[in-house]
Amino acid sequence: MSQSIEDIVSRVLAELSREGLAPAATADPAPARAAEASGELVIDLPDPTDPEARHAILVDNPKDIEGLRQMVSSTSARLAVGRAGARPKTATALLFQADHGVTQDAIYGVVSEDLRDRSSLFTVTSQVADRAEYLLRPDLGRKLSDEARKTIEEKCVKHPDVQICVADGLSAAAIDNNLPNIYPVIEQGLKSAGLSIGTPFFIENGRVGIMNDVNSIIGAKVLILLIGERPGLGIADAMSAYMGYDPQPGKSDADRDLICMITTHGGTNPLEAGAYIVDFIKRMIQHSASGVQLREVAKD
Amino acid sequence: MLLRTKLFGHTYEFADLKELLAKANEEKSGDQQAGIAARSAAERVAARYVLAEVPLSALRENPVVPYDQDEVTRAIDDAINETIYEEIKGWTVGEFREWLLSNKTTGADIARISRSLTGEMIAAVAKLMGNLDLVYAARKIRVVTHCQNTMGLKGTIGSRLQPNHPTDSVEGIRAATYEGLSYGSGDSVIGINPSDDTVGSVSRLLEMTHDVIKTWEVPTQNCVLAHVTTQMECLRRGAPAGLIFQSIAGSQKAMESFGVSVGLLDEAYELAKKYCWTAGPNYMYFETGQGSALSADAHNGADQLVLEARNYAIARRWNPYQVNTVVGFIGPEYLYDSVQIIRAGLEDHFMGKLAGVSMGCDVCYTNHAKADQNSNDNLAVLLAAAGINFIMGIPMGDDAMLSYQTTSFHDAPALRQALELRPLPEFEKWMEDVGLWKDGHLTDIAGDASLFLRR
Repeated sequence: MSQSIEDIVSRVLAELSREGLAPAATADPAPARAAEASGELVIDLPDPTDPEARHAILVDNPKDIEGLRQMVSSTSARLAVGRAGARPKTATALLFQADHGVTQDAIYGVVSEDLRDRSSLFTVTSQVADRAEYLLRPDLGRKLSDEARKTIEEKCVKHPDVQICVADGLSAAAIDNNLPNIYPVIEQGLKSAGLSIGTPFFIENGRVGIMNDVNSIIGAKVLILLIGERPGLGIADAMSAYMGYDPQPGKSDADRDLICMITTHGGTNPLEAGAYIVDFIKRMIQHSASGVQLREVAKD
Repeated sequence: MLLRTKLFGHTYEFADLKELLAKANEEKSGDQQAGIAARSAAERVAARYVLAEVPLSALRENPVVPYDQDEVTRAIDDAINETIYEEIKGWTVGEFREWLLSNKTTGADIARISRSLTGEMIAAVAKLMGNLDLVYAARKIRVVTHCQNTMGLKGTIGSRLQPNHPTDSVEGIRAATYEGLSYGSGDSVIGINPSDDTVGSVSRLLEMTHDVIKTWEVPTQNCVLAHVTTQMECLRRGAPAGLIFQSIAGSQKAMESFGVSVGLLDEAYELAKKYCWTAGPNYMYFETGQGSALSADAHNGADQLVLEARNYAIARRWNPYQVNTVVGFIGPEYLYDSVQIIRAGLEDHFMGKLAGVSMGCDVCYTNHAKADQNSNDNLAVLLAAAGINFIMGIPMGDDAMLSYQTTSFHDAPALRQALELRPLPEFEKWMEDVGLWKDGHLTDIAGDASLFLRR
């Protein structure tokens, strides 16, 4: 018979505590037992998305469990998950649903207004009307609305060394979780390098190509766009930083540089990424180039 | 040419066959993005009334990309069997639909006319068919091919083992391969999408998978889905490839955006016949998907269904072992939600079978499409009922490299058990010999990758 979730969880917790990694909450099973004794139903689960739980071996009676462990550690693919008949076990099926669920929350979520205020970002929109249109019409997400153009014209300092923009892209969670860490590093790094920074703002329903439209108004030397990536299963909050030297209409990905997978969940840490971005921008300004051109110039 | 009808008292008129075909298409976000879709549900049906009266000859004479401008059009048209075409050219699309559905028409009858059909005729009839029509008609048509094993026999469903790894780690891919084999995935192919498209890396993966196949005497073929030119170079240098792969698209310009041409694929097919280690006679593997031409701005004003049908019509030229439509990979700007993805999967399978190719489907979706694993399950069951030749097998349906969701290693065995289907015959015997499968079910030891750690 297949293992119940509780069995799996308790086995994983036992492994964790052997390695001294058990979460604090699990060190206190006494109340649950007391409650059980009183006949009251108590279900109090640890997080099944913790790495150790995620990579548990669920195959019943494997021929070589040590061999399976090594196989599991060789890939991020979901191996050694076992089965119930010809279907996945309950724990495996639920973990998949959880991972897909957070991607949906990230895509259809809205970037925290409080965070935008705290980061002194005013908000403009692309030509997209709503989330459904954003998904259907990539071309409209690459252009600023007329009102956005007017607002940017009014509020923004022109011709700074560096303009920072933030866009939700395909993951609100990417901005919510990473902006508070990455933004101060970039700001501080640019200031230390003696570079002037423009008036930052947030673009709702924006795509990468909108950088060209923005800089046709601002005229910055370098534009950075911090944007939410399309969520992968299990990593729903990865952010990308696109950087371009004088982006203008007609410029493409080949003219940009990119740092992707910025997340604390198995990607580049936002603090490190911030430092890396500053370094990139200094080189762009030094060589007056970005993208393929920068790689060619920097070779010489 | 006059293409006009009245419907509920309104008059609807269409400028040419290309516009008519586009407007008759089931609703697709890609056609809307291209600005060629019907503007209302009524206009869509009006277009279908007119299309139902169009003779097949008009569709041959008016390809969506002109003969003198497009080598895909030429390659399809030049290969038409003229004698059989004479018999069918006067049929209207509506009559063609009813002929396909008639109890008097057998699979053999359909296979006979298959090589006299162009992509435009195939797409036109698909536009007049409901989802159950697509299942019912496709189920009649068996397309049987052979490489190391036999694909497409009635009552079988194969599974491509797709053991991708984000950085092409040989050990990681070997582990996922063992896991897949332990579920009975891999009878269609052990096929890896590489992240590194170099001859050295691709050859390494061909060697490893070939070694697994030889060590365990698995009746299957291996393939690394690099660009065809990379695989050709691997073959020339002696790497053991079982099938040669390429993504194809429905216009010359779209083919060019993939870095291929008809001549290049002719050359690849000749090399495959000469150097693949497998028995054949079918050596090629193609992937397709609605929307690919539009995404390369190479649709020439035509809808995504008709361009997809042209893929199948030209694929015949290279007698593929298998073709699969990667239906939901392209994203919501082409197929918005599960309704559109399911419809497209059924259309593609039907159209491929009608064109005479061995058809499979990567039943899949991306996280920004309005779809989930339940809708994916639905399409898998519908396609199994329609007699599809194969689906994909990926660890828990979550591709570690390509960031999309598809069918799990669990799904082919579940469909086999639920719908009384079986693995491909040579592979089924192998599963029984190794002890993974008995009496139409997985055995107790199935699903344990560590079985393959020692031999």
